[in-house]
Amino acid sequence: MTHRFNLYHFASPATFYPLAGALIPWFAAVSVLFGLAGLYLGMLVSPTDFQQGEGYRIIFLHVPASWMSMFIYLVMAFWAAIGLAFNTRLSGMMAQALAPTGALMAFLSLWTGALWGKPMWGTWWVWDARLTSELILLFLYIGYMALVAAIDDPRRADKAGGLLLLVGVVNVPIIYFSVKWWNTLHQGSSVNLTKSSMAETMLWGMLLMAMCFWMYAIAVALARARTIMLERERHTDWVKAVLAGGEK
Amino acid sequence: MIYWNSFSDFLHMGGYGLYVWGSFGVTAAIMTIEPIVVARNRKATLSRLKRQMRAEARNTAE
Repeated sequence: MTHRFNLYHFASPATFYPLAGALIPWFAAVSVLFGLAGLYLGMLVSPTDFQQGEGYRIIFLHVPASWMSMFIYLVMAFWAAIGLAFNTRLSGMMAQALAPTGALMAFLSLWTGALWGKPMWGTWWVWDARLTSELILLFLYIGYMALVAAIDDPRRADKAGGLLLLVGVVNVPIIYFSVKWWNTLHQGSSVNLTKSSMAETMLWGMLLMAMCFWMYAIAVALARARTIMLERERHTDWVKAVLAGGEK
Repeated sequence: MIYWNSFSDFLHMGGYGLYVWGSFGVTAAIMTIEPIVVARNRKATLSRLKRQMRAEARNTAE
């Protein structure tokens, strides 16, 4: 018998299901720890901003939510590409499991952005490149979920949804570079690899919050993926074994 | 180490309280409700699938 490491082994729902179940509590715990550390640094230790006063503290939610809204979409598009190319069962389930969390992150990005824009720019909303492209991202998430929900056959739903995801991925670089390509009200990026415009405690607070959001998204998406797996694979032996085993 | 002089200063957020706490409140609500909804969905799906499996087992036994 050979013990070759095989990726397909983990791509099988029967293997992935218990693995995800074991990982979720760890991702959740790490997310809480990062969140507490980030909130401590960002909300209690960080000094005020010389231009924006205390209003800048919205950054500790706005930037992580915005990053995650774009990153989750890229991960979904990656799964869509894998699914369309290799016809793997797991990829469509992963994309579907991520979508609601991505949509919520896009909503939070817009919500916190509006509450930040009102005191700083004097308006909740402007039709500028950054804000509009982020709104389109939210619509892409909603469109994907509606499309997948409207098609009864899961494999066909995955294919249609995957195509939508791949076409829509062009929007992500547009969001990211919009502040460079167009004159916008939105400020440029706060984090830069060579020099950062932020104080060190602020930067660390924001990065910790970003890690908190990231780990949260993984935990919630894995939990959702497990339910989708049970539903879709309900006629297989492994799901019957799970159900007979008194899974709660 | 702590930047704030008092708890009321912290709540007031230099006049930006509404905007800062409006952001944190909605974010906290979403990040609390989403996991609850996911967990409930899982419970509902599990009990429905178990029911279906028992019904199928009865049908094949007859």
